[in-house]
Amino acid sequence: MMNAPAAPLSPYSSAPVASKIEVHTLSVLVDNEPGVLARVVGLFSGRGYNIESLTVAEVAHAEHLSRITIVTSGTPEMIEQIVHQLERLIPIHRVTDLTLRGGSIERELAMIKVAGRGEDRVEAMRLAEAFRARVVDATIESFVFELTGNAGKIDQFVDLMRPIGLVEVSRTGIAAMTRGPDAI
Amino acid sequence: MSETMTGAQMVVEALKDQGVDTIFGYPGGAVLPIYDALFQQNAIRHVLVRHEQGAVHAAEGYARSTGRAGVVLVTSGPGATNAVTGLTDAMLDSIPLVCITGQVPTHLIGSDAFQECDTVGITRHCTKHNYLVRQVEDLPRILHEAFYVAQHGRPGPVVIDIPKDVQFALGAYAGPANIEHKTYKPAFKGDLARIDEALSWIAAAKRPIFYTGGGVINSGPEAAALLRELVNMTGAPITSTLMGLGAYPASSPQWLGMLGMHGTYEANNAMHDCDLMIAIGARFDDRITGRIDAFSPGSRKIHIDIDPSSINKIVKVDLGIVGDCTQVLRDMVARWKERKLSCDPAALEKWWREIDHWRARKSLAYRPSNEVIKPQHAIQRLYELTRARDTYISTEVGQHQMWAAQHYHFEEPNRWMTSGGLGTMGYGLPAAIGAQMAHPDSLVIDIAGEASILMNIQELSTAVQFRLPVKIFILNNQYMGMVRQWQELLHGGRYSQSYSEALPDFVKLAEAYGCHGIRCADPASLDAAILEMIDTPKPVLLDCIVDREENCLPMIPSGKAHNEMILPDNETDLATAVDAAGKILV
Ligand SMILES: Cc1cc2nc3c(=O)[nH]c(=O)nc-3n(C[C@H](O)[C@H](O)[C@H](O)COP(=O)(O)OP(=O)(O)OC[C@H]3O[C@@H](n4cnc5c(N)ncnc54)[C@H](O)[C@@H]3O)c2cc1C
Ligand SMILES: Cc1ncc(C[n+]2csc(CCOP(=O)(O)OP(=O)(O)O)c2C)c(N)n1
Ligand SMILES: [Mg+2]
Repeated sequence: MMNAPAAPLSPYSSAPVASKIEVHTLSVLVDNEPGVLARVVGLFSGRGYNIESLTVAEVAHAEHLSRITIVTSGTPEMIEQIVHQLERLIPIHRVTDLTLRGGSIERELAMIKVAGRGEDRVEAMRLAEAFRARVVDATIESFVFELTGNAGKIDQFVDLMRPIGLVEVSRTGIAAMTRGPDAI
Repeated sequence: MSETMTGAQMVVEALKDQGVDTIFGYPGGAVLPIYDALFQQNAIRHVLVRHEQGAVHAAEGYARSTGRAGVVLVTSGPGATNAVTGLTDAMLDSIPLVCITGQVPTHLIGSDAFQECDTVGITRHCTKHNYLVRQVEDLPRILHEAFYVAQHGRPGPVVIDIPKDVQFALGAYAGPANIEHKTYKPAFKGDLARIDEALSWIAAAKRPIFYTGGGVINSGPEAAALLRELVNMTGAPITSTLMGLGAYPASSPQWLGMLGMHGTYEANNAMHDCDLMIAIGARFDDRITGRIDAFSPGSRKIHIDIDPSSINKIVKVDLGIVGDCTQVLRDMVARWKERKLSCDPAALEKWWREIDHWRARKSLAYRPSNEVIKPQHAIQRLYELTRARDTYISTEVGQHQMWAAQHYHFEEPNRWMTSGGLGTMGYGLPAAIGAQMAHPDSLVIDIAGEASILMNIQELSTAVQFRLPVKIFILNNQYMGMVRQWQELLHGGRYSQSYSEALPDFVKLAEAYGCHGIRCADPASLDAAILEMIDTPKPVLLDCIVDREENCLPMIPSGKAHNEMILPDNETDLATAVDAAGKILV
């Protein structure tokens, strides 16, 4: 007779004491060398951390510096571990937990394509104005809006466009910065 | 001064400038230029292994026994993939290595060329860092940087993947001038305020214990010397992980033996009941903690580690100190003296009485026999007959490894080489070869199991070629004993695939390789067999036939706390010791 499989409990490293899940934004300054993004992304997948949003671009050409902004979620202990694990990567200059610093500014840019005629078109334009979305392309049966804001504002706008004739959405992911005169 | 040379010559120059005298490798198409450069010099010895995994473990044995980085050279494709297990092993055990891999020419990368594989992709997760060298101009810097990264901070393996055209290309070589790394700046000195705080806690503790690990060995012999000084000044007990053995002398009365799953009763109970734990260069591995929620529940914890990610990773500690063991211990010893601190003698005496009570259980005891060789007895005899010599011990993985850890006693660091984190069967023989290369006149012994030894048995050929008189001491129980023990414990004694079927005749096998082979099955002739092994000045394999069904005890079963050990005198509980939740644990 076969043994019944044991219940899928969490192994040795104990069932994690269910501590609160938080969402944090990390700013990571890296040397812009080949493979650096793969190291960062591979760290998250390899260790089972979440990536909710990720943006990356060179920010100082002469110094070869890129800035990666990662929105991740986990318990406070996990987030502390994520920061330290990122710091172990050799081409990384600095990791800053913007959420811990408090009061940072977060912005995302989205392009939203909406198709429709007649009353739907008018409604879409009215809403776009309320959200300060710009029209960057228009045909007689479609618009592409450009919208900048925090992620919540974009979510809200996309939800409103859905019944009107949402075709597709392209979002950049979040870029973030601390307030005040100092760099990260 | 810069000099023009080929990329391949730069590799050899950089190795020389880094003080490398020995490398372990295996040639192939994509590293031929480097092999050609090696051919034309005499400063660096190349040890030709018989499998690239063996090269990496040999380099690990070299590194662990010397404290310097081990160096590996392998070809592209299968050469690189064969090295992956060794790299992962070095990653988990924090062993400094530089592994140079050949790669197809840059213009063929990504085209599924002959013997192409994505080496930097494959090794990204099993190296501390890796490099693909795209142009010869970058090569000198990368070579020196690789040694810096491998050996500084928490040590680890570094891969340098060099395409063949870069090996041929001409460029300007530069020596290791600027050792500062642009982004990688590990902290070495611990925060003094925290160190003072830690010392005050130690002085105030009633039941302190030092829990030390491989980080003390990594940090170098001075760390071990300082650790001894500090521990002796406090009078507190000390226990070490498998990786930390030798940092503190096993002969000292303050030494409680190894802790953890197969640690002693006194070490584990003292960890459980202490009021202050001082963890130094140890990483709270699951073999140590057992059930996290029951791990040393009543203690304050201090953790000294060079890697900030080790602190609070598994166990939340009360005081973390980031720094190198040597530096932090030096400050601790100095400040302890300056502040004229001492532990409370009355409290310590009471603590030691409790510990002596646990010691009296003699948790490493076993039933002796005149008929069959008990594996523990075999290790004890090996220890007694080699302790006076200049000896290095490596192991394979399994019960024999744990028995070696329990019954072979180390007085000095860097004498013990074992695969702890990855638990790689096949580690021991090549590691012994690496250690023997570094210490040609010492006695180097691989304590092996009959299953593990077959995983890299081909390295006997390397030992013979390079006249390395390594000794292989097989505890042959005709089982994958550790697997069998778990099957007894967790799977109703259904020994699925754990019987060592169709074993070779090890004596003949040794002879076929040109080694000396000995078999011993009789306890009465064990000493003579061991002495013959030691005294034969060539590679020797001693096939020691031991009790087949001996279990490795004591043991904390999976999912249990430190104070719920199975001891030799309650071994009958084995089959019922683990509940359903424990069964899924490894
Ligand atoms: C079959 C089997 C059974 C095992 N059973 C046991 C057992 O019963 N008991 C046991 O102890 N182990 C056991 N192990 C080994 C276990 O899996 C771990 O490998 C081991 O416990 C880890 O040792 P460590 O904590 O000393 O860490 P290591 O892996 O040696 O890590 C070293 C730590 O020190 C830090 N460090 C490195 N360099 C420095 C420096 N210069 N200064 C300061 N800090 C530094 C690192 O960041 C790291 O945190 C077993 C293994 C096998 C294969
Ligand atoms: C490469 C590898 N494969 C599988 C295992 C799982 N494993 C751990 S111990 C062991 C048995 C080892 O048998 P042996 O070498 O005879 O040692 P013993 O336990 O009998 O002393 C196995 C298969 C491992 N550790 N490494
Ligand atoms: Mg065996």
